[in-house]
Formats: sequence, C-alpha cells, structure tokens
Amino acid sequence: MTATATTLSAGMGAASRSTARRLLARPELGAVVGAAAVFVFFAFAAEGFLRASSLSTVLYASSTIGIMAVPVALLMIGGEFDLSTGVMVTSSALISSMFSYQMTANVWAGVGVSLLATLAIGFFNGFMLVRTGLPSFIITLGTFLMLTGLNLGFTKLVSGSVSTRTIGDMEGFSSAHGLFASQMSLGDVTIKVTVLWWAGLVALATWVLLRTRTGNWIFAAGGGAAAARAVGVPVARTKIGLYMAVAFCAWVSGQHLLFSYDVVQSGEGIGNEFLYIIAAVIGGCLMTGGYGSAIGSAVGAAIFGMASKGIVYAQWDPDWFKFFLGAMLLLATLLNAWVRRRAEATSAQSRQDDPTARKQAGETR
Amino acid sequence: MSALVELTAVSKSYGNVRALDDVSLEVHAGEITCVLGDNGAGKSTLIKIIAGLHRHDAGVLSVEGEETVLSSPREALDRGIATVYQDLAVVPLMPVWRNFFLGSEPRKGAGPFRRLDVATMRETTRSALLRMGIDLRDVDQPIGTLSGGERQCVAIARAVHFGARVLVLDEPTAALGVKQSGVVLKYVAAARDAGLGVVLITHNPHHAYLVGDRFVLLKRGAMAGSHAKDGITLDELTRQMSGGSELEQLSHELERAPVPEHLAEDVAGD
Repeated sequence: MTATATTLSAGMGAASRSTARRLLARPELGAVVGAAAVFVFFAFAAEGFLRASSLSTVLYASSTIGIMAVPVALLMIGGEFDLSTGVMVTSSALISSMFSYQMTANVWAGVGVSLLATLAIGFFNGFMLVRTGLPSFIITLGTFLMLTGLNLGFTKLVSGSVSTRTIGDMEGFSSAHGLFASQMSLGDVTIKVTVLWWAGLVALATWVLLRTRTGNWIFAAGGGAAAARAVGVPVARTKIGLYMAVAFCAWVSGQHLLFSYDVVQSGEGIGNEFLYIIAAVIGGCLMTGGYGSAIGSAVGAAIFGMASKGIVYAQWDPDWFKFFLGAMLLLATLLNAWVRRRAEATSAQSRQDDPTARKQAGETR
Repeated sequence: MSALVELTAVSKSYGNVRALDDVSLEVHAGEITCVLGDNGAGKSTLIKIIAGLHRHDAGVLSVEGEETVLSSPREALDRGIATVYQDLAVVPLMPVWRNFFLGSEPRKGAGPFRRLDVATMRETTRSALLRMGIDLRDVDQPIGTLSGGERQCVAIARAVHFGARVLVLDEPTAALGVKQSGVVLKYVAAARDAGLGVVLITHNPHHAYLVGDRFVLLKRGAMAGSHAKDGITLDELTRQMSGGSELEQLSHELERAPVPEHLAEDVAGD
C-alpha cells in the first residue's frame, strides 16, 4: 500500500504526488490497514466468520463500542479525555429506568429526564475542566468514581437490589424499544438499530469535523488552545460542548442498554471507557489532541468487533481477547506514528524547490 | 488625525506585582511603533492589554480616539486590532487554509446545513499569501511543516486580509535566523505600506531601527524613553536598550574584577 503510493508519487506529476500524500496523511489509514489485516486473519482462522449471521453479530458488537467511540474521538481531537464514559452509559440507563418506574407510568418521561441529567453530567465535566484548569484525566477520574458509587448506592437505595425493577410492561416501552433496541433484516443479515445510530453519528461527526466552523474549532482547541484563543475561538465553550456530545452518546448507549432488556445492572460499564479510547486511538486520534477522525474511530470499533467475535468463532478461549486488544493498540499506535512521520517527511521534502533533488530522491527510493 | 491606538499612562498589576506602570504610546496608520525592552520589562503585559487578553487597571486606552476597555481578543479583533504571537500564531497540525481562517471562518448554506466555504477558503488563502509574496504550492499541508519565518508571514498575511487596521507583532524575529528575520521584516514593512498601524515588540534594536518610526523603551514595567526616529540614533537606541549606563558599569566591573582567591589557586595549580 505504502510502496504503491511512493512509486506513484515518485513517478507522476505534482497532482498525484499530492493526492498520494494526502492519502498517506489521513489519520485513519493505519486503522484501515489494521482492519483489513484483522478481517483477512479471522476469515482464514475462524470458520464461519464470513457467514451472514456472524457479520450481524460483529456489526452489533462494533456498533455498541462505535457509538461512544465517535464522541470520544472528537473529544480527543479537542485535546481532552473522558474516563467517566463507561459508567455514564450505565448512569443514563439507570436514571431512565428508575425515574420511569418510580415517578410516572410512561417510559418516555424517564428517557427525557435521563437525557437532561446525562447532558448535565457532561456539562459538569466540561465546566469543571475549563473552570479549574486541572487535567481532564483527574476531573473525569473523579466523575468516574463518583458515578460508580452513585450507580450502585442509589440503585440499592431505590430498588433494594443491584439491578433496577423491570419496566417492560410500562407504557411507551415498545416505542422506546423500537428507537433504541430494535432490529431489522437485510437479506440474511440482521441489522440492529444501534448500527444505524452508529452510522448516523459517524456521518454527522465527520461532517461537523471537516465541514463546519465547530469542527475547525475542535481541531484548534486540541492542536493549540492558546493560539486558537488568540484568534477568537471560544475554546472553553468548544470543550464543554464536546463533553456534552459525549454525554449525548452515553445517553443513546444507555437507552439501548435499558431497552435491549428491561432491567439494568448497576455495576455495569466499568472499564468500557478504555474500549472507547482504544477505538479512537486505533482510529488515528493523537493522544495529545489536534489530530484524528470520526471515521477512524469507526474503523477502530470495527476492529474491536471483529476481534472480540472472531476469537469466539475461532473457538479460542475468550480470555485471550484482552491480550489481543492490547497488542492491537500498540501496533496501531506505532503504525500511526510511522505513517505520520512519513507523511510529514514527504511534505517537508516536496517543499524543497529543487526539482532535480526531488527526482533523485524519488529514484533512490 | 487621531491615533489608531493610544495608551495614556496605562498601568496593570497582577496581585501586588506592578507589571506595567504609567506607560504611554501612540500607533498611527502607516507607521511602525516599536516597543523595546529586556525580558520582564512588561512587553507581554502591554501586548495582552492591546490584544484584549487582559484589562488595564489604570490609565486610558483609546481606539481611534474612543476611550475603551477591551474585554476579549474577539472584541479587539472586531475593533481592527490583530495580534500575531511569536509561538502561538498558528495551530501546527492544521492545514494552512484552516489556520488562515481560524476564528473567522466564512460559511455558506443555511440552518443545519450551514457549512465552511472550503473552496473559497482554499482559494483566498492561496491568493492572499501570493499577494504578500508567499507562494505555497499546497495550502493543505499542516502549517507546522512551514519554517518559522513562513509561519509568521502567514499570520501577518491573515491579519492584513481580515482588514486589521492595527497589527501587533510579538517578537516576530526572536526565534529566526538573519535571512528569515529579513523576510519577516519585509512583510512588516509591507503591512505598514498597506496603511496599517504596526506595533512591533522586540528586544533587537537593530531590527527595530530598520523599520520603526517611533520607539518606546520599557524597563521593569515602566517607560524608560520614547523617541521618534529622527530623535535618536541606532547607537543610542542600542545603548539605552542594552541597559545603557548599567552596561557601562558592568563592563567596568568585569575589566577590573580581581580574580577570586579559590579561582586564582586553581589557575596557579595548573
């Protein structure tokens, strides 16, 4: 892949050189190569990996991570972390379920209250960050612990056990189930509605990032907050907005969690925050901010989905999955760093105005 | 004609540290006002007040004859004051064209489909840079791949393009080599010729004297002198800038300084 691009750029004119370079400079390139490798690997190693039903399962697994990986990627591009995402999903589901059960007869009231409450948690994260100037790692670690405690404590206080009461027989359950947890058939493939949410969010996030002013501000907030502020970008508002976008997606995930079944376990979600971050990083997001893509996060989530289900289809002990994930993370990060260095070297080289020097460099490669 | 920006006896304290004390200066259209001073002389505080990052505590800041307090960089920009910072002029990982329009992005479409006018942004960036004499083949490259001088020039071209009437430059040549500095100073002069009022912050009197019309010297937050170009020579400016009489005394002391005993022993031991 890389070799082809290089020969292309060396052999042809400036236009294709710049196209090749642009391709090399895409943040998701490393992830796409990695995803292709994982796909081919399991296509051979796991019998039945290519069956339609398997594809459905893989897509579903990818989408549950992917929905959260999208805003987490945006947040990382904006230069911040969120460690509270995993439990925030559970909080959102718990709020929705318990409010519906305790206060009203209609689940949609709970769903609405949950949206407001979850957005408030996101706002809290963002507001604390811009107000205190503390690292987001600390702020959201605090939120993570507080939410973990609240999830367990509050649930036990209200319903007397570690899970919520069932809301399956309540009014509005089937319509909410339709929006957050239904599925449809597309030939032999079963598509869960989360896949649609995921695709929609990726498309929306990509459009926002690349084609709107907000997107420009997100890149700038992460890539150079001081410079951005100096030219009038509202960095604080942008970051708070990003945390609220994370909260919105946590709400979507949380409602899915609730309406897939009809009860929620209050201890769920711990550790998932790392899966989202891993998907974003495998997808090409830079840990230091200012660089990455929403599509990359989707590819990262797909790698996660393929690997987690592929191991099952290959009939390996699923205990190996975490090892695989860690190795994948390291490999992807190394690949990204390498690709970026290469892209930068190429562009630095083409800046030299001496065409003969460039030609020679092309030939020696 | 009233000055574009005029500071009269402006002061600023951080807690009980007096960062700027009773400083006055004028910026006129088509002129370059140089602010010279050593590290810690109050240059950055002065910039931050003009750029709207900090508010002054005392004195008067007038923009085009109107007394004002700038409360944000956005407000300063809206009043026609653009500031180019030494190391924070640009966001390195973003493409040149995104940097060029950062904070003032042109958009098209309506409602939820309101979007960046990318084609215009790319084209305008290319042509605005070309007008300043910078020929970039690829405005899509991350601006971090440009040299320091080129980055400063892009920032200056950006300010000129957005109709700034006052350009504040924070040490534009500090991190640059001789040749690159020359290029940047050329663009500073070009901005002046375009009718902008320029505030050039520097600690290099040679660069200042090359392009400046007025010189304001700062020392420990206070004004140590204010001169028009015909009222001061480069030598005098350099002398005042480098500490003047203090430097003379220092050279005096260095010449006569007796060798400390323990050092003298070391030398003898060799």
